[in-house]
Amino acid sequence: MNWLIKGGRVVDPAQGLDDVRDVLVRDGRIIKVGPNLKAAPDCKELEATGKVVAPGFIDMHVHLREPGQEDKETIESGLRAAARGGFTAVCCMPNTDPPLDNPALIAYVLQKSRELNLSRLYPIANITKGGRGEEISEMVELAEAGAVAFSDDGRPVPNSRVMRQAMEYARLVNRPIVSHCEDLELTRGGQMNEGPYSYRWGLRGMPAAAEEIMVARDLRLAALTGGRLHLAHLSSRGSVELLRLARREGIPVTAEVTPHHLLLTEETVKGYDTSAKVNPPLRGAEDTRALKQALAEGLLDAIASDHAPHTREEKEAEFEAAPFGISGLETVVPLVVTFLILPGIISWTRAVSLLSRQPAAILGLPGGSLTSGQAADITVIDPDLEMPVDPQQFQSRGKSTPFRGWRLRGWPLATMVGGNLVMYRGRILEP
Amino acid sequence: MRLRSKDLLGLEELSVEEIRSLLEAARRYRRAYAAGERLNSLRGRRVVNLFYEPSTRTRTSFEIAARSLGAEVVNINVAASSMVKGENLLDTVTTLESMGLACLVIRHSSAGVPHFLASRIRAAVVNAGDGWHEHPTQALLDLLTIQERKGRLHGLKVAIIGDILHSRVARSDLWGLSKVGAEVWLCGPPTLLPPALGQMGARITWRPEEALEGADVVIALRLQGERQVQGLLPSLREYRRLYRLTAERLSLAAPDAVLMHPGPVNRGVELSPELLEDPRSAIAEQVTNGVAVRMAVLSLLLGGE
Repeated sequence: MNWLIKGGRVVDPAQGLDDVRDVLVRDGRIIKVGPNLKAAPDCKELEATGKVVAPGFIDMHVHLREPGQEDKETIESGLRAAARGGFTAVCCMPNTDPPLDNPALIAYVLQKSRELNLSRLYPIANITKGGRGEEISEMVELAEAGAVAFSDDGRPVPNSRVMRQAMEYARLVNRPIVSHCEDLELTRGGQMNEGPYSYRWGLRGMPAAAEEIMVARDLRLAALTGGRLHLAHLSSRGSVELLRLARREGIPVTAEVTPHHLLLTEETVKGYDTSAKVNPPLRGAEDTRALKQALAEGLLDAIASDHAPHTREEKEAEFEAAPFGISGLETVVPLVVTFLILPGIISWTRAVSLLSRQPAAILGLPGGSLTSGQAADITVIDPDLEMPVDPQQFQSRGKSTPFRGWRLRGWPLATMVGGNLVMYRGRILEP
Repeated sequence: MRLRSKDLLGLEELSVEEIRSLLEAARRYRRAYAAGERLNSLRGRRVVNLFYEPSTRTRTSFEIAARSLGAEVVNINVAASSMVKGENLLDTVTTLESMGLACLVIRHSSAGVPHFLASRIRAAVVNAGDGWHEHPTQALLDLLTIQERKGRLHGLKVAIIGDILHSRVARSDLWGLSKVGAEVWLCGPPTLLPPALGQMGARITWRPEEALEGADVVIALRLQGERQVQGLLPSLREYRRLYRLTAERLSLAAPDAVLMHPGPVNRGVELSPELLEDPRSAIAEQVTNGVAVRMAVLSLLLGGE
């Protein structure tokens, strides 16, 4: 399909562009971005006046649960959620059952996603065999099969020697190691952030130090090995400070943050609300302040959802029995618009960098800009559209979100992948 | 008077007026109970004691309280070893509700279970202890005991000594006592005493001598099972040396201090045995007051007053 996206505010940090432009798409690629472009007769028009047109958003941290936990999510439901959320691509974590620790499974996941004609899927493979943290996986073959990074997410690599080997070996394929920073001995049995509220509500705490110790370890290992390190879902002020020091030292590190860690504090757990049970846990107001500041300063590189869907039965349980994780893909964009862009914490350009350009750069993915010749992966946002978060409308099988009922502005209007419109006005369009 | 909520989940949620009303009602029930009066205000109402943790004292106390008001009582004890999943717990409770249930008294090892159930059933839910979180009726009976012994609650110095970290009694006592104007000191070794509890209004100290100095009330806490404190204490021997209440230590408190313990006492660990016979000990009264307090709670929740 050929498209002329007309009259939108095109925000493309790669071209230093933030102005009203038309975008011409032909044969799945971007042909031209410019003022007053003429459409060929075979071209459909997408009216975008008053809307923001951006290079397709990439969520570099989601859990799609397939294979093995299809009652929580499937590749199809997850990619539908991605499309509805305005993401043209997502990277799925390997803690499936079986885990994505061999090339055949990477190929399987890629094959399934290609058949769907929805958002793109880039798998992340295990750092260690079986995600057990004992021996590094066959990273070269995994990369050849299509893995874009390595992570044992959901768990850290507890053994420092194994983590060191992973960072060294991953240099062969120049792929980042995505680290889930958690000292498991300090968080054992933990249910929420350790602090006044965990003591008050009688829940076993997970101290911020458990994250910071591992951030510090991995930064030292990155300095030692020269391997590329990406820190997943940072949640604490201390982690931000460590990152700042590492940057000054020139250590090759990037980092992401989730909307819930930016916007919510541990108080959200009040009343034992399992939709606020996430790992790393929601922390204090000082932490959210530090994260927002780091985002504004450019210290943090990406916003990712850590989309971690679970079944309703699992989340509808007493707090200690409920699993960690929330359904995040479909609320990232309006949360970013409502709480980061509209209050002026970050600009549209910076937001698009965090959601598109930088994730693409970190993982070496195509996309991230609207320059001619690129695949036409495009996210269109209606900055004025305001509506409440209604999990029943989610395409994801996971309906648990601490943002239920929040009125948000700036929902995605259209998601275009390789020139195909896969979502328009919240509806998934069948190919 | 009735409580604002249909449930009693913790003292954090109660207002001072509600606490005072509960204590007032408990005093009336204590008198009536002592006088052998027959009360039938809850006749025909069904109270279920659902205990996922073993507890002879609390369960029996609730049972006697409910029966004394004429209610029908069903006791269900579930093996403590099995970690029961939410859906099963909820299924169990909704099934019980379908069988006609006016009040569910629940004890569970997970904090927040009473809250989880209270929002999902119409019957009243009474928290009989949830994990490390709260044990509201224990705190109410502590308040009643102190009030009876000292004639007041306001302005008293109360020292709570022992395993604060794992103690739901300490949390409920802290809420209750600080709401009625007592000054609460929490004391234990650093591994069992999170300093953050100071933000709930308590004074924090590792030295029992400091907590005991001039205290009007001394509450010794039960040291939780070996499993929970494993690694948090180097040895029971050292703990006894540092924190066990002895006659000598207790002499630092006010001469007419009240000595309490939520029971059951680990003999020789929290208290030296002779203190159990000490006239300052109110441990037996606590048990009696427990029945009166639970009568008051059931009555106020179920409209039996």
